[in-house]
Amino acid sequence: MILTVLHKTRYEFAAPVGGIIQSLRLTPAKSESQRVLDWSVEVPGAVLGTPLRDGAGDYVQTVSVRAPSTQIEVTVSGTVETTDTAGILRGHRERVPPRAYLRNTVRTEPNRAISDMVSEALKAQEDASELERAHLLAAAVAEAVAYQPGTTTAHTTAAEAMTAGAGVCQDHAHVLIACAHLAGLPARYVAGYLNATEDGAPHEASHAWAELYIAGLGWVGFDAANKCCPNEQYIRLGSGLDAQDAAPIRGLVLGGSEEELAVSVLVAPQGQSQQQ
Amino acid sequence: MAEPYFNEMYDASGLRAPYRMLEGWHQNMPAEFRALKQAEAEDLFRRYGITFAVYGEGGDPDRLIPFDMFPRVFTSEEWRKLERGIKQRARALNAFLSDVYDRGEIIRAGRIPADLVYRNEAYEIAVAGFRPPLGVFSHIVGIDLVRTGADQFYVLEDNCRTPSGVSYMLENREVMMRMFPHLFQENRVAPVDGYARLLKRTLASVAPEKCDRDPKVVLLTPGHFNSAYYEHSFLADLMGIEMVEGQDLFVEGDFCYMRTTEGPQKVDVIYRRIDDAFLDPLCFRPDSALGVPGLMNVYRSGGVTICSAPGAGVADDKAIYTYVPEMVRFYLGEAPILENVPTWQCAKADDLKYVQEHIAELVIKEVHGSGGYGMLVGPKSDKATIEAFAAKLAANPSNYIAQPTLALSTCPTFVNEGIAPRHVDLRPYCLVGRDIELVPGGLTRVALTEGSLVVNSSQGGGVKDTWVIAEE
Amino acid sequence: MLSRTAANLFWMTRYLERSETTARLLDLGFRNALLPNAGGGFRNEWSAILQSKGVLDQFTEKYGELKQRNVESFLFFDLDNPSSVASCISSARENARIVRTALTSQVWDAINTSFQELKALSRRERSSLEVPELTDWTLRTSALIRGSIEATQLRNDGFRFMNLGYALERADNTARLLDVKYYVLLPSVAYVGSGLDNYQWTTLLRALSAHRAYNWAYGGELSAKQIAHFLILNPKFPRSLLSCTIEVNAHLDHLARIYDRSTPAQETARTLLAELAEARIEDVFDEGLHEFLTRMITENAGLAKCIDDQYLIGEAR
Repeated sequence: MILTVLHKTRYEFAAPVGGIIQSLRLTPAKSESQRVLDWSVEVPGAVLGTPLRDGAGDYVQTVSVRAPSTQIEVTVSGTVETTDTAGILRGHRERVPPRAYLRNTVRTEPNRAISDMVSEALKAQEDASELERAHLLAAAVAEAVAYQPGTTTAHTTAAEAMTAGAGVCQDHAHVLIACAHLAGLPARYVAGYLNATEDGAPHEASHAWAELYIAGLGWVGFDAANKCCPNEQYIRLGSGLDAQDAAPIRGLVLGGSEEELAVSVLVAPQGQSQQQ
Repeated sequence: MAEPYFNEMYDASGLRAPYRMLEGWHQNMPAEFRALKQAEAEDLFRRYGITFAVYGEGGDPDRLIPFDMFPRVFTSEEWRKLERGIKQRARALNAFLSDVYDRGEIIRAGRIPADLVYRNEAYEIAVAGFRPPLGVFSHIVGIDLVRTGADQFYVLEDNCRTPSGVSYMLENREVMMRMFPHLFQENRVAPVDGYARLLKRTLASVAPEKCDRDPKVVLLTPGHFNSAYYEHSFLADLMGIEMVEGQDLFVEGDFCYMRTTEGPQKVDVIYRRIDDAFLDPLCFRPDSALGVPGLMNVYRSGGVTICSAPGAGVADDKAIYTYVPEMVRFYLGEAPILENVPTWQCAKADDLKYVQEHIAELVIKEVHGSGGYGMLVGPKSDKATIEAFAAKLAANPSNYIAQPTLALSTCPTFVNEGIAPRHVDLRPYCLVGRDIELVPGGLTRVALTEGSLVVNSSQGGGVKDTWVIAEE
Repeated sequence: MLSRTAANLFWMTRYLERSETTARLLDLGFRNALLPNAGGGFRNEWSAILQSKGVLDQFTEKYGELKQRNVESFLFFDLDNPSSVASCISSARENARIVRTALTSQVWDAINTSFQELKALSRRERSSLEVPELTDWTLRTSALIRGSIEATQLRNDGFRFMNLGYALERADNTARLLDVKYYVLLPSVAYVGSGLDNYQWTTLLRALSAHRAYNWAYGGELSAKQIAHFLILNPKFPRSLLSCTIEVNAHLDHLARIYDRSTPAQETARTLLAELAEARIEDVFDEGLHEFLTRMITENAGLAKCIDDQYLIGEAR
């Protein structure tokens, strides 16, 4: 499938700020699931660093504006050819040992409810393979955390989302990572895009899910929010220990003032992209 | 009665050779003269501004670290062996770091458990797969040594991040030379004052490949609230480089610049004295105001070198320590020259059992602790302290390691009544760049309280000048 | 040099100059209060002085009524008041401490000693301290530090930034002091030319240590116009706006030579100097003294901002 992406992120400031610096993870890397046909990241008025490929195989790029400014706009546009690999990340060049992804951050630290859920889900499943266990955990998370935008924020932790019993894709991913770690499976947070128009699912095109490391298979994506594994509707941008670590845009405003953020993401099969 | 500890000045057969010149020196020193000299030393330290703020304690932040005028002496023969051992260890530690951020051969070979490395908090995912210039991760390796016999040295711990204290090594010598010049005329003491030049050369040698000029080196300090701030400004001054704070640097495009009155100046090498977590709020702790946003991207694309490399701390963890001799064998194919202190990993059930049974005989330390805090010296502790510690140990065994209580050597130290033996350790500073360098000497720390084995300056320890007698 | 180092030097001297001005204001208020029943009593004058420093609200909130002893404490010792002598000297010393290696030991000693003496003063029984002792101490200390800088610092870029701090702050302070007298202090226009008016002018000149200099220069007759000329346009009086602007220009020119690079800061300073050098006191009064002074304060701040942008932030290429 060929997907087109148009992703604009615009920050506006109430008063001019002294400068802006961002680290962008906004360029998809090649794997068996995706191949970039064309891609561009543009930030008018900013100095862009050369994209570098980090140890996790993601493209990272520095963007900065030094002059006093009242706004910055990051525009990502491109076309990617995607293939359904049943969620398995194959042919992705990376150097980080999977076992490094067994550590928690404040966002993925489990609480009692999460560990109870893991015990419950894996009860009487001693013979289950790692892959089967991963599916059981993803299903349990989908069950425990209802998709409900507006109940959580960007800073909500896995434990908080679990207690609330509701959240968005970010929260599903955090809870699933916490579960996987308890089950001894390396797991990480993945940020990307989703072409959600097809099945009418109500999710935003800017999406997130979790990857769990399954011995013999490698990294496998699990989208608990949509109760599936990533397929040709997904574009993968980058990974990290949690949402902050994997954020497509991580930035800092010098001498900051009130900021207003406007994001628009359009993902569509090629040919439909003109119908904005 | 024989002393239970090795006395570096007087052994069973009497006065040891390296101290021959010093016996008459201290015996002929009138008490009033000594008091005068001690006051003069303190005055000099104060004038140089060498003070030491102690972590976690209130009190005077401008406190002087106590200085003992009686030097600690090594023969060149003793030093040669130490030097070989230290350099060997520094090479092995760097080989290990290169390996674990690359293919992890030592783990694949089953010589060290994967989780000990990869699950370690000090293992930085952000630098996996990155090879710093010349493959060097730890450019300044501080190795803490203790001595238990004429020919018996043990490594207590390694410091691969930013070992501090080298300013004391330099200032102790400076003060001794000013106060007792004739001692240096009579003894052929190898000089240590080349350290700053060597450090600067080492740092310049690891400039990025892209750098096609005389590298611009800066020292990055967390600022004047840091307890080692004095050392930072002292070293920057000796090296003739700028001491900067995070706010003095900024990233633009593929490079890092320093803010100067003549505009931005490109920086090639950063000798950082701040922890990994604070280096770059866009990569590590987002609330860090001490670092430089965007720095890690510039680092990883070869625009600037950070010394020591982020992630170098995974080699000096107390749990990894046990495996350093294994690293020497694995990477260098050599037998380790310096020995480790036997260590029990409380994370292992068998080890924990042994430790719990012998708790009163052992020294127990936190895996990630430093500065002599959070440790138990079994034989020196009362029953209540031991019991309280045992409870902490039982609650979180993997947080602790244990070692036998070592019979640390003693060195004569000035006390009210003249001189008396006090326990000492040694921290030499090994520099790793294009070459591996070690100045003959180091920082000797001394436990000033009679019988005490804790030499940390934060716990009432003092320092001494450390001599290596040059060869005839 | 590091921009931050330059900024520390620049602010060190600004704070030192500011401490001196606060002491002079305190002295001004003290002398005015000696005059009985000056149109509403001394309370108005103290409030005018606090107003000129922009700290009247803060004072009222903390102390309530305008008691002289409280105003004295507030202006001299109170660390909650950012322009108190104690605050300014502490800030100057903190800036100095950070860049200690850029200072000669005499300069550091002078600043550090002033800080220690200040601590000793603040430990003394307040009733044993009269205003003249406090202001004398401040002026003496200030002269000692300035003298040490003048006598011992290398004539490098750091020296220029220190002097820029002094000159810019001094210009700002002179403008404000004059404005307080003219615009704020006098109860109403009816008092112009009255005995009260003259008394206030005299105390203002005294507070600026300029009383005798004025008499020499203008023959002793007090007139608003002549005093304004003296404090704004007389190039011989070291605190006049013109003198300060000449100094700013000189130090900026030195920087341009040291760095072999001229910046918009030199240009801005030259424009300001051109205006002051050409101006006649009639022009000033035509514009309105208060309006003129307000504009000068703004332009001076603009120049300081320009120096900040060009040198102290370190991004200008």
